[in-house]
Amino acid sequence: MQLVKEVKFLIGKELLLEWRSKYALNGVILYVVSTVFVCFLSFRSLKGVTWNALFWIIMLFASINTVSKSFLQESKGRQLYIYTIASPLALIISKTIYNIFLMLLVTFIALGFYLLVFDYTPQDMGLYLLAVVLGSISFSTIFTMISAIASKAGNGGMLMAILSFPVVIPVIIMLIKLSKNAVDGLDRSVSLDEIATLVIINVLVAVFSLLLFPYLWRD
Amino acid sequence: MYKSWWKILGSVLVVYSTIAGFLFTVPPLPILHQSIRNLYFHVPMWFSMITLFSISVYHSVKYLRTNNEEDDLKSVQSINAGIVFGILGLVTGSVWARFTWGQAWSFDVKQNFAAIAMLLYFAYLVLRNAIDEEQKRAKISAIYNIFAFPMMVVLLFVLPRLSDSLHPGNGGNPGFNAYDLDSHMRMVFYPACAGWIMIGGWIYSILFRVASLEKKKLV
Repeated sequence: MQLVKEVKFLIGKELLLEWRSKYALNGVILYVVSTVFVCFLSFRSLKGVTWNALFWIIMLFASINTVSKSFLQESKGRQLYIYTIASPLALIISKTIYNIFLMLLVTFIALGFYLLVFDYTPQDMGLYLLAVVLGSISFSTIFTMISAIASKAGNGGMLMAILSFPVVIPVIIMLIKLSKNAVDGLDRSVSLDEIATLVIINVLVAVFSLLLFPYLWRD
Repeated sequence: MYKSWWKILGSVLVVYSTIAGFLFTVPPLPILHQSIRNLYFHVPMWFSMITLFSISVYHSVKYLRTNNEEDDLKSVQSINAGIVFGILGLVTGSVWARFTWGQAWSFDVKQNFAAIAMLLYFAYLVLRNAIDEEQKRAKISAIYNIFAFPMMVVLLFVLPRLSDSLHPGNGGNPGFNAYDLDSHMRMVFYPACAGWIMIGGWIYSILFRVASLEKKKLV
């Protein structure tokens, strides 16, 4: 139960820090909204496949920017302090959960604005929302671990993109397929394969993050 | 002699499979015609690559447990050897695709995912270049290697099964077993796989020995 306590405490700490500066959240929201707006100005109107693909590309870059902050932003001194008071498992779990919250928030804001400007609604909105939720969770789990690796390696942004793209491409492909089914309003039973694959990839990534992070943490 | 039997066996098998691969009879098939002989070269490349990457993960896990520099050297050299086989697999595959499917890059799922899997390992090499400190480099790259391996397995074995592929055995195409009714091809194919895997192991052991000599400044 020590672990649960630590995780709760660390999530509280993340929320408090975020609330004090409001830098990450506001920055990311502005980033997403302006990207969507740029896309709107360049495309004017979009439908179906392109609408769907563009949304996921926007979300891919937004999530890299959102989640990579989790480890890259922390100063060496603060990391050292956290490492002395909490277990590595608590740290990675709390960061992942916090990132999932953050990503869900950002994704829903982005989706709302995206639906608003392009004035196009997928036929099966429920399934599309499920895809969006699964997407936020997958992006958070993958990018949290990769950002931990990239932050240890020393030079942030570029390495983050190189390391995470090959890992995240299968997820993106599955997400685009799943949300394409939602856009076309296909029967939901068609999409079970994609949902199962996404869940499996998430579980894999989560298990390997939990196993590997304690080694990464030790300096 | 007792230590080099597998190198001799590997060479003999590869020479045998090359000669037999070009001279033995193959089932007459439309579209494929004589290009079916590429099976003896294209598929063993992937088997060797997977074997080498598995060896590398084994040594990465060992490195995290023991912190022995030799394990790190082994894991990076087996990845180097594996990447050679991966590139050869892509090249033999695209030559084959050029003559049977019409285009070198036919947007086949397996082709795409194999290319992404190669990106994973190129990212691994870039990650190694990004870190100067040796022990840190060994540790972080071992972690990324273990993290990347399940994603590679997902890319090469799980995702292609979900969609249609031009490859045999996918999307309603029968597998090669269905064509090879008289088991002629199996007599060449299995030795080819075993031979190339042994040659791969040999290349890896030479790379490793050269690298460890360089490290001790003996070369």
